[in-house]
Amino acid sequence: MKINRYILASRLKSIVIHTFLILVSLTCLFPLFWMLRSSLMTNATIFVDKSLIPHEFNIHNYYLAWTEGNFAVYCLNSLIYTVSVVFGIVVVSSLAAYAFSRLKFPGKNIFFNMFLAAMMIPLPGSFVPLYVLMNKLGLVNTRIGYILCMINVGLSLSIFLLKTFFDKMPSDLEDAARIDGCSKLGIWRHVALPLARPAIAVIVIFNSLNVWNEYILATLLLNDKSLMPLQRGLMVFQGVHSVDYPLLMAGLTIAATPIILVYLSMQKHIIKGLSSGAVVG
Amino acid sequence: MGIAKIKKFSLAQFKDYLENYLFILPAVAIFSVFYIYPFYDIFRLSLHDWNGITPFREFVGLANFQEIMRDQNWWGSLWHAGYITLIALTFQNALAFALALACDRDIRMKKFYRVVFYLPPVLSEVVVGLIWQWILQAGTQNGQQIGLLNYFLNFIGLPHLVNDWLSDPKTALTCIAVVHSWKGFGWGFIILLAGLQTIDRQLYEAAKVDGAGSLSVFKNITLPLMIPVIFVVVILTILGSMQVFVLILSMVGQGLVYHTEVPVTRILASMTGTNRFGYACAQGVIFGFILVLVSFSLNKISNKLKQA
Amino acid sequence: MGKRFLLVGGVFSFCLLALVCTRCGKKAEKPANAIMVWHWMTDRNDAFVKLAEKYEKETGVKVNFELYAPSDAYSQKIIAAAQAKVLPDIYGILDKKEIIASFIQSGFVADLTEEFKANNSAWEKSLFPKALSVNKFETDNIYHVKPGIYGVPIDVTNIQMLYNRKLLKKAGIDQPPVNFKEFLTAVQALKAQGITGLVSGWGELWMADCFASNYAFNIMGESRVMATFKGDVPYTDPDWIKVLSIFKDLQNKGALAEGIVTKANKFAEQDFALERAAFAFNGSWCVNVYHDMNPDLEYGAMLPPPINGALPMKIWGGAGSSFVVNNLSAQKALAINFLKWLTAKEQQAFLSTETRNLPANQEALTQIPEILSQFASSMNNTTHPTIWPYNEDALVIEAFDKGIQSIIIGEKTPEQVAQDVQTVKDRQMAKKRSKNKS
Repeated sequence: MKINRYILASRLKSIVIHTFLILVSLTCLFPLFWMLRSSLMTNATIFVDKSLIPHEFNIHNYYLAWTEGNFAVYCLNSLIYTVSVVFGIVVVSSLAAYAFSRLKFPGKNIFFNMFLAAMMIPLPGSFVPLYVLMNKLGLVNTRIGYILCMINVGLSLSIFLLKTFFDKMPSDLEDAARIDGCSKLGIWRHVALPLARPAIAVIVIFNSLNVWNEYILATLLLNDKSLMPLQRGLMVFQGVHSVDYPLLMAGLTIAATPIILVYLSMQKHIIKGLSSGAVVG
Repeated sequence: MGIAKIKKFSLAQFKDYLENYLFILPAVAIFSVFYIYPFYDIFRLSLHDWNGITPFREFVGLANFQEIMRDQNWWGSLWHAGYITLIALTFQNALAFALALACDRDIRMKKFYRVVFYLPPVLSEVVVGLIWQWILQAGTQNGQQIGLLNYFLNFIGLPHLVNDWLSDPKTALTCIAVVHSWKGFGWGFIILLAGLQTIDRQLYEAAKVDGAGSLSVFKNITLPLMIPVIFVVVILTILGSMQVFVLILSMVGQGLVYHTEVPVTRILASMTGTNRFGYACAQGVIFGFILVLVSFSLNKISNKLKQA
Repeated sequence: MGKRFLLVGGVFSFCLLALVCTRCGKKAEKPANAIMVWHWMTDRNDAFVKLAEKYEKETGVKVNFELYAPSDAYSQKIIAAAQAKVLPDIYGILDKKEIIASFIQSGFVADLTEEFKANNSAWEKSLFPKALSVNKFETDNIYHVKPGIYGVPIDVTNIQMLYNRKLLKKAGIDQPPVNFKEFLTAVQALKAQGITGLVSGWGELWMADCFASNYAFNIMGESRVMATFKGDVPYTDPDWIKVLSIFKDLQNKGALAEGIVTKANKFAEQDFALERAAFAFNGSWCVNVYHDMNPDLEYGAMLPPPINGALPMKIWGGAGSSFVVNNLSAQKALAINFLKWLTAKEQQAFLSTETRNLPANQEALTQIPEILSQFASSMNNTTHPTIWPYNEDALVIEAFDKGIQSIIIGEKTPEQVAQDVQTVKDRQMAKKRSKNKS
């Protein structure tokens, strides 16, 4: 009798939880569904056709988006930028965050607070000084210039996030490694980094989304079409006056796919499960 | 004897420090070139009257800052951003935390949820703007409401609640804040989930053995261990919400009178609308100063909480 | 983990290599027979590229069109590039006359007056005078720019009222209204049928400003509007109250679409194309937009219905988009030759048919759709802030436009708004005076 009531209560609880989760999921899925649906329509039907599933599937939009938007080149560029920037951020920020969390040196707090402050201060209008500086350095219209700028954009936030996670981690393993004669760099590489995998996964997810969707800085710093990232192709679909919505939606769907894949491959590192979870905590 | 000891000690220490500095060197180097220099330039520009183009920049000292102090529209915009942030801090983060807690357990379909909740941040602002425009828009065609929300309100028999949501000063800002929270909760969800996953399961098991209810487990184990992570999320929420503007542009265009203005839209208005570059830079400096003040006082609070 | 790191490292170094290579390649390139054009016109890019190919075949000069979107990002890029002195050979300035003047005074824009006047002003005469006047600085202009022509218009545009024939008929209206009174009656008749009256993208402030400006010219005449900008007539003048009261009347009579104050123009265009409103206030570019969304839309263009029969209705119009030549460019002559070619009859006709815009070249007007020729026929009624002898201070304009919004949502009366605007005006005038003194 008592057990039955317990089961009933937990059932009820799980139903409530699931209803809530499903409701939130629906609001998240709906825009995605709407985007897919719109990408299969034509400009003439998109605002008139109220049915949920379009009457005819116009897959041609995807072909058009890919060719007219010059997506092959842009995709490759975006891939180069995203991989380089994210890799750069992970290396540079994890080194710095590790130092801020574990190592001792004078001015540590000043430096860390400087990064923290930088994260908070937006730089509107910084595009003029930045452009003049980049021009002096010969970095305008180069991939490396854009990559360095984007690394800088994601740096503060990543350091802050990683430091928080390093602070949370126990230092037993690192102490053991130090006693075994491991160098500081070795400890960072072989002990700290693997342990911080969930946090690094978060950083990879955040920064790849950020780089993948960036276009203002790209428009500012890059001149040639051949160097532009994917978002530029999407911007062209949104005309000054006229917008070809189905084409735009097809382009947006194409553009969203890789980023969702990144998330799918990274989220399992966040969810390490019980086995490795026992090590940390 | 004492002197020798100190000398030997400090040489080793010096080498140690030097080695430690190498860890932050790449970050500081990139940062100095691409952040500190432009920041210095902006600060310099904030002391000038300049339209962004002419080679001549008139030095006006602190005149721009004095004018900001009297600029009611500016302080109003700061309050609006604060309001959006307040809603995001409570509504968005509560949602994110609740969802993260749910997905931290062993429940069915949790893999599915984990993927789905990250969809809104991934979606383009264009799609989000279009969809919410479609949901919130007012107006009728052939006697029927065009907007989804108004249509729904009519449908369930609450026609008196039908409203011009985005053009009513009473509702416009709240609508923006809600959409912003909806788009942003996925971020907090991931970080909180990652934080929850680092909590040792054995602690939960032990508490269960001791007969603790789930509420007391949450209060005594989860919450204290999550404070640093919650602090991260709070900071990021403030950061993201204070600087929201693309969403505002896509929902209400150049704004509903001054009711939907936030600092970033004011700065953009000074820069491109009225071509007062120096004034825009001064606004940026003040805005940054306020944000830093807020985040550092939060840092203090979080440190106190950690010690407690 | 180790293997994965190696893989990522490999990809990274490959990328580095790739970009180092592209950087080496960049330095060698800078052919003498090529010109670079930066622009923002997404809808015209394809036509430009086709024309560039044709030009290269004819003359051997390569023209590179680089498109930057959205236009905000483009504007920022131009400003930044100007500071670094790396502007392209040809570009466009998307800004107020005051800013164009700053570009000219800073030496970033070539003076094209001599080119336009050469051969008995052949180039100047081929283009619409209204289109050219946007790029002209008259003698003794308030910006202190050396008089002359500094830009080349590539198309013309104007902003008018549009009406949906089918919806008007449905409400029993046979002829579009010819004055404001008739307009309000028509709107009442439409309302009785459940049809929205006027839609426009007043979420973009300049469009509401344009509408107000049209009526200001109609109610008080150009001279008094200019006197206001100069500071001689206050905004609290009964005539300005009348102008602001138009918005109150329109709102009270239910003439305005719901949500008009926060509507971006693309949504307003959607509403009109999908027959959700009987009237629209929009520019001639809409022909292309409506055609894309609803090819069967039956509509016509008309001047906004005047209130005052004694004075003409003036609408905004002139050059839609213009190009300028970089004064620092080494290829100035080549660039000017290309712009001459681009505004010649044949190319203008091509651009006009490809993009459904009004051509800047008068001779290219022959074969255009009826609705476009309706727009073109009103070109004589156009005026534009860029050709006025005086311009209002940007902060005053902001206060005025925001004031229109608060009248529409019923927050303030026209009198209150007039007072607010005048307060800002007085402050700006005082600031200007103290600056001139020092």
